[in-house]
Amino acid sequence: MTTTPQSLIRLTAAQMAAKLAAGEITSVELTQAHLDRIAAVDDTINAFLHVNAGQALETAAGVDKLRAAGGTEAESLHPLAGVPIAIKDLIVTKGQPTTAGSKMLQGWMSPYDATVIEKIRAARLPILGKTNLDEFAMGSSTEHSAFGPTRNPWDTGRIPGGSGGGSAAAVAAFEAPLALGTDTGGSIRQPGAVTGTVGTKPTYGSVSRYGAIAMASSLDQIGPVARTVEDAALLHELIGGHDPRDSTSLPEQVPAFAEFAANHDVAGLRIGVIKQLQGEGYQAGVLARFQEALDTLREAGAEIVEVDCPSFDYAVGSYYLIMPSEASSNLARYDGVRYGARVLPEGGPLTIERVMGATRAAGFGDEVKRRIILGTYALSAGYYDAYYGSAQKVRTLIQRDFDAAFEAADVLISPTSPTVAFPLGEKLDDPMAMYLNDVTTIPANLAGVPGISVPGGLSEGLPVGIQFLAPARQDARVYHAAGALEKLLNDAAESPLWAQIPALVPAAGAGPDASRPAAAAPAFTPEVGGAK
Amino acid sequence: MSEISRADVEHLAALAHIAMTDAELEKMTSELGVIVNSVKQVQEAAGADVPATSHPLPLTNVFRDDTVGHVFTAEESLANAPDAEGSRFKVPAILDEE
Repeated sequence: MTTTPQSLIRLTAAQMAAKLAAGEITSVELTQAHLDRIAAVDDTINAFLHVNAGQALETAAGVDKLRAAGGTEAESLHPLAGVPIAIKDLIVTKGQPTTAGSKMLQGWMSPYDATVIEKIRAARLPILGKTNLDEFAMGSSTEHSAFGPTRNPWDTGRIPGGSGGGSAAAVAAFEAPLALGTDTGGSIRQPGAVTGTVGTKPTYGSVSRYGAIAMASSLDQIGPVARTVEDAALLHELIGGHDPRDSTSLPEQVPAFAEFAANHDVAGLRIGVIKQLQGEGYQAGVLARFQEALDTLREAGAEIVEVDCPSFDYAVGSYYLIMPSEASSNLARYDGVRYGARVLPEGGPLTIERVMGATRAAGFGDEVKRRIILGTYALSAGYYDAYYGSAQKVRTLIQRDFDAAFEAADVLISPTSPTVAFPLGEKLDDPMAMYLNDVTTIPANLAGVPGISVPGGLSEGLPVGIQFLAPARQDARVYHAAGALEKLLNDAAESPLWAQIPALVPAAGAGPDASRPAAAAPAFTPEVGGAK
Repeated sequence: MSEISRADVEHLAALAHIAMTDAELEKMTSELGVIVNSVKQVQEAAGADVPATSHPLPLTNVFRDDTVGHVFTAEESLANAPDAEGSRFKVPAILDEE
């Protein structure tokens, strides 16, 4: 079989790694193929805020040189060495800007690498660039990015999910085989669902948060984004493990997740259907694919049981008190003094109070301001017990619901998102409608348990995601269950869902609202080759 | 009816150090009202006997050796500062000179 750049980018990360190891392709070839793809389609998709061509090709050339030389250094290369990766722009990187999707950090250069970036550099994965996100990861559609929305490669008039829409869209559009995301309330899993890709939220504390720009510290978690369960598992193995620089980091060893992903036997596996995460508010097409997934798993020998998690009804309320409370505290650091933007007020004395007020007014977008004000309210004297305190109690109840559910089931299952990708702009004027979209993914963050989204088929031509959840520290179980479902559905469909994506039409046909001003990404043109 | 008034939002914006225009305050007041009305049902969920959870997987006594780790140079620390002088951050006036 001849390999063209077009066929190369459609391989899985595991296949790319195998071809690199066998010497069939070079990392430079592979990295260049992805850079070319980015150049060809990213004007339309807007998945990347910065393209790191020079540094990526340098890393690739280094891997190729080591491989060509052979010997122990070549043999001790990480299995994913030379396979390119994209990084959500909430994770700090030396030598490339990190913006968090905010004007507040436009042009900011981190003086250090996140721990996950150090691991990726040590394993020699070429870093293609930084991907778009809702500002400070606050949103479910990537429309709250200060640098314009990312578009869903399945339908460029629709959202790619959020906050990690850039990473998910990049992987779905073959701009990268792997990416990193962060998940505070579903920001890895929901974009995975609506772009027909795979995303894992690991157990809280099992992947270091050092160098992930904080939104809500008790909920934030870095995790892998990929097209297949195996690829996500391989990347998870690379980024996981204890980090003394993160005081919430768990001290456990990282299991061989890819082996669990390759175990497709679900005979006797007890899968719990969460009563509260279906029915009203869920699109019929989503529920139909979900039922088919259940039937498929049942036919393969899994035991499907129903579990009752009554406190999940309060999860969205609890989350939208705890998250903004923590965010309002975390974002207090953007004071216009040590780093980030400084904006001077018009007229009047230039005191720190007024400079901060003007800086934060100009530097933060509407959604960030909304959450900071909401969090400030929930934490203020007289309301603290009623709001923040009650929300924390709900967190306990949700953990208890999970504990009881995992007595009856090995893994839990639900649709990843109640709907398929919605049209750009549809929920922008109704924050509460946007928040309710996270109902399925939030419980895992509140309880700290791992979750994965895996493609479950199409509804009216748009991807539907299936979510598996497992007890804390049992991430291997979500890889087992998701890997099995992926295999069963791929066998039935004769090709994986991600391979069925329609060919991208060039920028001119970028959906009904291609003229939206936000899409123009003012003053922030991705600098192809601009490793400054 | 919402329990958040425009005056409340004005106060919160001042606490959060975000300057807001009249139009922004109006919009934020109505949006916050809707959100708070939706999330306040958490108050009915748990009784007094339920303990609060602040951290999903609590760890205790996470210490490291008391040795000097990596530190940034003054130059690195100031590289992103909006304003600096010599080896220091330059901060706007703390007090209003009236």
